[in-house]
Amino acid sequence: MDYVYAFLIGGIVCAIGQVLLDATKLTGPRVLVIFVVSGVILQAFNLYQPLVDFAGSGATVPLPGFGYSLAKGAIEGASNGILGAITGALTSTAAGITAAIVFGYLVAVLFNPKSLR
Amino acid sequence: MSKSKGTPGKEVAKAYEKYAMTFTPKPRYFYNCVKAFIAGGLLCVIAMLIQNRIMASGWEEKDAAALLTIILICSAQLLTGLGWFDTIAKVVGAGVIVPITGFANSMVAPAIEYKKEGIVLGVGGKLFSLAGPVLVCGISSAALVGIIYWFMGGMR
Amino acid sequence: MKNKIGKQTFVFRNKPVITGECAVVGTKEGQGPLKEYFDTILEDDTYGENTWEKAESRMMENSIMTAIRKAGLEKKNIEVMLTGDLLNQLMSSSFSARDIGVPFIGLYGACSTMTLSMLMSSIIVDGEFAENVVCAASSHYCTAERQFRMPLEHGNQKPPSAQWTATASGAAVISKNPCKSNETLIPIPKEIFITHGTVGKIIDTGMKDSNQMGAAMVPAAVDTILNHFEDTGRTPDDYDIILTGDLGYIGKEIALDLFADAGLNMKKMHLCYDDCGTMLYYRESEDVHGGGSGCGCSASVFTGYLFKKMRAGIFNRALIVSTGAMLSTISPFQGESIPGIAHAIAIETS
Repeated sequence: MDYVYAFLIGGIVCAIGQVLLDATKLTGPRVLVIFVVSGVILQAFNLYQPLVDFAGSGATVPLPGFGYSLAKGAIEGASNGILGAITGALTSTAAGITAAIVFGYLVAVLFNPKSLR
Repeated sequence: MSKSKGTPGKEVAKAYEKYAMTFTPKPRYFYNCVKAFIAGGLLCVIAMLIQNRIMASGWEEKDAAALLTIILICSAQLLTGLGWFDTIAKVVGAGVIVPITGFANSMVAPAIEYKKEGIVLGVGGKLFSLAGPVLVCGISSAALVGIIYWFMGGMR
Repeated sequence: MKNKIGKQTFVFRNKPVITGECAVVGTKEGQGPLKEYFDTILEDDTYGENTWEKAESRMMENSIMTAIRKAGLEKKNIEVMLTGDLLNQLMSSSFSARDIGVPFIGLYGACSTMTLSMLMSSIIVDGEFAENVVCAASSHYCTAERQFRMPLEHGNQKPPSAQWTATASGAAVISKNPCKSNETLIPIPKEIFITHGTVGKIIDTGMKDSNQMGAAMVPAAVDTILNHFEDTGRTPDDYDIILTGDLGYIGKEIALDLFADAGLNMKKMHLCYDDCGTMLYYRESEDVHGGGSGCGCSASVFTGYLFKKMRAGIFNRALIVSTGAMLSTISPFQGESIPGIAHAIAIETS
């Protein structure tokens, strides 16, 4: 059943993104920003956690899930003082961001852009 | 904003845009949404399968989630390098753009393009030209949330 | 003014001649409906170079050199070259000019560059400042895309109105005297003369969507064409073919609608009016959304298709109107709308 929930929630988030891309003039990067920030804001009011508990990957894999991890880390860090509040966001997402930078750099150096297909 | 002499007023611009839209074919909203829904849903299911597999081999849930993120990001970036990601995204749209794979793609895509401009300033600089806004806005807002929480915690 | 009629139109009384022309196009364009008209079709869009920019400037160089050869001339006969492209600081043009080594004037007219450079060349030749001038324009999908839009590998979906920047370059040699005609060819190819040039005004519709460039350029194109008719006293009936640059499928529909509003003879317009952006590709199978765009789009259709047809005597009088969207890479982010421009040239055969 977990898989069905993951499919539904993940699919719905992506479908919302598709509507934003098609119906508004927002470009891809802007939509990504909106999703991440909305994940942060939702989690600030502890609204995203229930979705993660319910759908697992269905809620964490789409970009609001990235915003959720950032906010969650910052909120958890806040209980350890101001330094924790500042570093918490990056600590919780360090693995993903580091992987994206290092592997992204590697891929970009190794591969060449392709022309049209 | 002061209106320059050569540009039409807002009403005229609006009217022309509306007029031009009557000639423009609409995107197939429903069809595109269904494709994004199915692709996005499937991606999440696959992610869950991988995560469960990782957890089954003895990792904690938190570490498994981090590992999963790394796997998703690396595979999306590899697909971008091979030149397949844009082909997939053209078909399923938000189905792969909205998940973390879209973020990974938006890092590699400009970097790979500016390789000829050098691997320090070209690749290194352009790695963040599209993903930068996502990181900046996401991290700033999260830090703000953290500070507010700390402040409220201090008041209690 | 003895060489100007009406408000915007120049008359070329010495009738400069188009003596040579050449179109070089990319792989995708080489699979389109006009494939048999192009001189060179690239097998690979890099053209054997290691950057897209170098590929584009080599395309331009190749088209210029072939046009000169076809005119029966050599590089040393060319007194000035006027070329342009879409890149910042006219990279492809300047770098091809560096290799060719002919006195060079760079022009920027966005996608209107081909008629702009032909217009300027005609002024130079007609004013007897030079005998042989070469003009050219080029664009490359991969260079334009990363400068104006998104990186190639970025996963995104283009809206139906987005246009496809053509990988193409067109060049023409404009001379004072017709080249010695090759008597062995039967039938003898006709000479093409440039008779009028109408300089366009920038018209801004207030459109801000850079995926709607065709629609943003239409009013400029229609304005230039109507002014041309008014200045010269001609009507659509005087032309066998009227070609606009790169309005695309949507822009062409809007243009026809605006022509009807202006009271032109629509029966004739439907017969003789077409748009290069709609001619370069197969709409469905090549997946080009709104049609072709870019300097190379009109440049290759004029030099590849139209001039050859005219030499064969199929069209005798043509009005060619390249259209440009004069936006910069930063202006959309500053909330500016898209200024459109169009320049028209009337050409006819002997």
